[in-house]
Amino acid sequence: MTDITLPAAEPVSRPISPSREVWLSLKANKGAMAGLIVIVLLVIAAVFADIIAPYHYAQVFKECVVEVCPPAWREGSDPRFILGTDAVGRDLWSRLIHGSRYSLFIGSIVVTISLAAGILFGLLSGFFRGTIDILIMRAMDIILSVPSLLLALAIVAILGSGLLNAMIAVAITYIPHYARLARAAVLTELPKDYVTASRVAGAGTLRLMLNTVLPNCLAPLIVQATLSFSTAILDAAALGFLGYGAQAPTPEWGTMLADARSLIRSMPWVVTLPGLAILITVLAFNLLGDGLRDALDPKLKR
Amino acid sequence: MPLLEIRNLAVEFQTHRGPFRAVDGVDLTLEPGELLGVVGESGSGKSVTMLAVMGLIAWPGKVTADVMRFDGIDLMSLSDSDRRKIVGKDIAMIFQEPMTSLNPSFSVGYQIMETLAVHEGGSRRERRRRTIELLEQVGIPAAASRLDSFPHQLSGGMCQRVMIAMAIACNPKLLIADEPTTALDVTIQAQILDLLVSLSRERNMAMVLITHDMGVVAETAQRVMVMYASQQVEEQPAERLFEQPRHPYTAALLEALPERALEKRLNTIPGVVPGIADRPSGCVFNPRCNFAQERCRIEQPLLEPKLGARVRCHFPIRGDVS
Amino acid sequence: MLRFVLTRVGLVIPTFLGIILLTFILIRLVPGDPVQVRVGERGITEERRLALLHEMGLDRPLHVQFFDYVGGVLQGDLGISIITKKPVMVEFLTLFPATLELAFFAILFAASIGLPLGVIAAVRRGSAFDHTVMGLSLTGYSMPIFWWGLLLILLFSVDLGWTPVAKRLSDDYFVDQVTGFMLIDTLLSDDPMNEGSFLDALHHLILPTVVLGTVPLAVIARMTRSAMLEVLGEDYIRTARAKGLGSIRVVAVHALRNALVPVVTVIGLQVGTLMGGAILTETVFSWPGIGKWLVESIGRRDYPALQGGVLVIAALVMTVNLAVDLLYGLLNPRIRHRR
Repeated sequence: MTDITLPAAEPVSRPISPSREVWLSLKANKGAMAGLIVIVLLVIAAVFADIIAPYHYAQVFKECVVEVCPPAWREGSDPRFILGTDAVGRDLWSRLIHGSRYSLFIGSIVVTISLAAGILFGLLSGFFRGTIDILIMRAMDIILSVPSLLLALAIVAILGSGLLNAMIAVAITYIPHYARLARAAVLTELPKDYVTASRVAGAGTLRLMLNTVLPNCLAPLIVQATLSFSTAILDAAALGFLGYGAQAPTPEWGTMLADARSLIRSMPWVVTLPGLAILITVLAFNLLGDGLRDALDPKLKR
Repeated sequence: MPLLEIRNLAVEFQTHRGPFRAVDGVDLTLEPGELLGVVGESGSGKSVTMLAVMGLIAWPGKVTADVMRFDGIDLMSLSDSDRRKIVGKDIAMIFQEPMTSLNPSFSVGYQIMETLAVHEGGSRRERRRRTIELLEQVGIPAAASRLDSFPHQLSGGMCQRVMIAMAIACNPKLLIADEPTTALDVTIQAQILDLLVSLSRERNMAMVLITHDMGVVAETAQRVMVMYASQQVEEQPAERLFEQPRHPYTAALLEALPERALEKRLNTIPGVVPGIADRPSGCVFNPRCNFAQERCRIEQPLLEPKLGARVRCHFPIRGDVS
Repeated sequence: MLRFVLTRVGLVIPTFLGIILLTFILIRLVPGDPVQVRVGERGITEERRLALLHEMGLDRPLHVQFFDYVGGVLQGDLGISIITKKPVMVEFLTLFPATLELAFFAILFAASIGLPLGVIAAVRRGSAFDHTVMGLSLTGYSMPIFWWGLLLILLFSVDLGWTPVAKRLSDDYFVDQVTGFMLIDTLLSDDPMNEGSFLDALHHLILPTVVLGTVPLAVIARMTRSAMLEVLGEDYIRTARAKGLGSIRVVAVHALRNALVPVVTVIGLQVGTLMGGAILTETVFSWPGIGKWLVESIGRRDYPALQGGVLVIAALVMTVNLAVDLLYGLLNPRIRHRR
């Protein structure tokens, strides 16, 4: 029997570059753009915190300790403090602005550490297989079987409280995600012809890993990095809230909520505002991450 | 009274570039027991036409027609629930991919019995007995033991037989077969076609066979409808169509058949099927037509009886039927 | 099928041994001498210190200590809490029902709302309803739940006075712990003084359930939607429609049955998230469960408690994941019938 399929169409329009295509797809996604705008604003706030914030984050206004200064929409507010002051008389607005520095800093450091370590383990696992593979992947399984917040808490309990240790602890809990992604990518890329080609051309293992295979499995890693930026902020804030992350008077948003529970009746804004800042930041990164995933994953494209 | 009567059927989808007519101005009449072949390339609108008859065009697709009547019932004014009483019972349909057309989570027996339960009721035992009977009729060996099989345990050909059993479960008056053999092995293809044709004859069941394979049509259909770029371009009794096509597109299709190749090089039709955005003005086939004239580029031809066929062409191919 | 089960179980055993090793190393990484940690600020003579070391078995070679530890763990011996001097296992089992009760209701809450929302959003994809559900679920997923808890307390307890602020039961009631599940214990109690305690316990459960269930709810809704979208585009859904089935039957039987497989997997994988969430939720609501106990153990430098807690929770998470894996095989005939 015979098919009557006619000659296939030649592509008419000029192909656009992949990165431009991703950008166009991202631009069409309203949520992702909203997230991106918020992130840009956050970066601006973080970079120019000293200029934008009216006061230093640790500056205490004694008059506001004696009698609380509520935010602008409440009765008896002080025009100098639009978001009011906290329990020890510090301007909340200034503290929130400075807090953006910590959140972005935490996100970047955690993602960098976990990404680097994860890619390293993943590449080693994928390239060498055998015992190394089994050992690394078992170790990753072990890390994954402990809830990440609990593991981070346990690590902080050993290393001691503080922002740096909290970041290391959180970063460790994310390594398996990257390692698995990188390993899976290596395993799908390795049998492909272009890898064989560069092997035949005499490329060494290291070169093969970093120059040939890695660039071809970046897409899922980028998406995961964006998404774990947000979870890193959440987890570090949770550690701060529990008292094991950044220590007072650091204006880290989670830490600012640590003693908020006792103030919930008298100064509710001290509870609501830092949390809102966390929520908005995390949401922005998740929106961008979702948008990136849709833009980078051709399977989901319409 | 014809079994199926369609006048000016159109199906429109919304796309990013505006509305797109996947089916445009299809007229069709089908007598009881008749076997109609619908031929066209992928994307020509042949499946969509039949899905519209089944009422399976999902929102936001829009179906319009001056007349769409089945067995005297106006399908256009029918409520969803009334239509469901006909669909699956009096009109049934089978699809191109038998393996994926069956639900992987349910046994084949369950899936056939479900059709019976919805349309005919009856006791469990009765349905079971009837299902075994159906499986035997479509040529599945050891039918009773196959009831509890899951689709993934059967071959593609077996799955298509199950689909056919499901389709004929309620003795439909019309069976629509959408490329029923395309996904199957060559040896199985002929078996399934023979089965469909013999079922159609035995039960006086009308059948619409959608295919892109001219060979299949030549072997089975009594009448042939050719579709190109959402439009019906020609309709003739099968024998006459192969002897003397009237539309240049049909003629080109037949020339592209290897069996008919006179020279060493296979004839192809120059150019490509127009896409969603670049439908030409005038006749949709004019950019690829060897006989196109000025009028073809400006005025859209109507589907009219000309030279003993129904053809959508200003200058149908003359030539005598020998 | 048996082979499928055995392979999966076989894969879990080395991971479990790894967890034991991890917790063993963990406690030895704590800076300072364990005896010093145990006695705290008080001074101690060298003689007494060595005696204590011997008593704790810490003067023996490391591998001997490890095998002792493994042996203990396998017999359910997780060591003694430094603070309460009670076996860690006993502490854990006393507090665990409180966490389990909370987690159970949280998952129930999340699944019973998330599943239908995800299904409807998928069926009406692109509609305002879909956009709202997806927006809310991303917000829920991004929620710092410790803050979310405080916010709900602020609204429902402080402003409206509808719900209690903390704990599992009002101070008016004294219910003996029998099963540890407050809802059951209050019903078991025949003390006339405890009349109404069941409703009181239920009342206390509301906010923590919502808080702990929020993230799983968001995850389940999103996962259900995407699984349903995928399934609704399958050929067999078109077949089901072509059979003349009603749309409810098509969605609820033919589509959901297939979409449920990945969704159940996701619900199962939420157990780890749930334990992390319990740490925060229990802290916010002073809920006397495992999460709060772990945080307090860290604060009190009760390392055996932390070690035991991490070990048991990891084992639990692994067991649930294994169960989900096996359930996945049961739900998916393609795996079930593989020989």
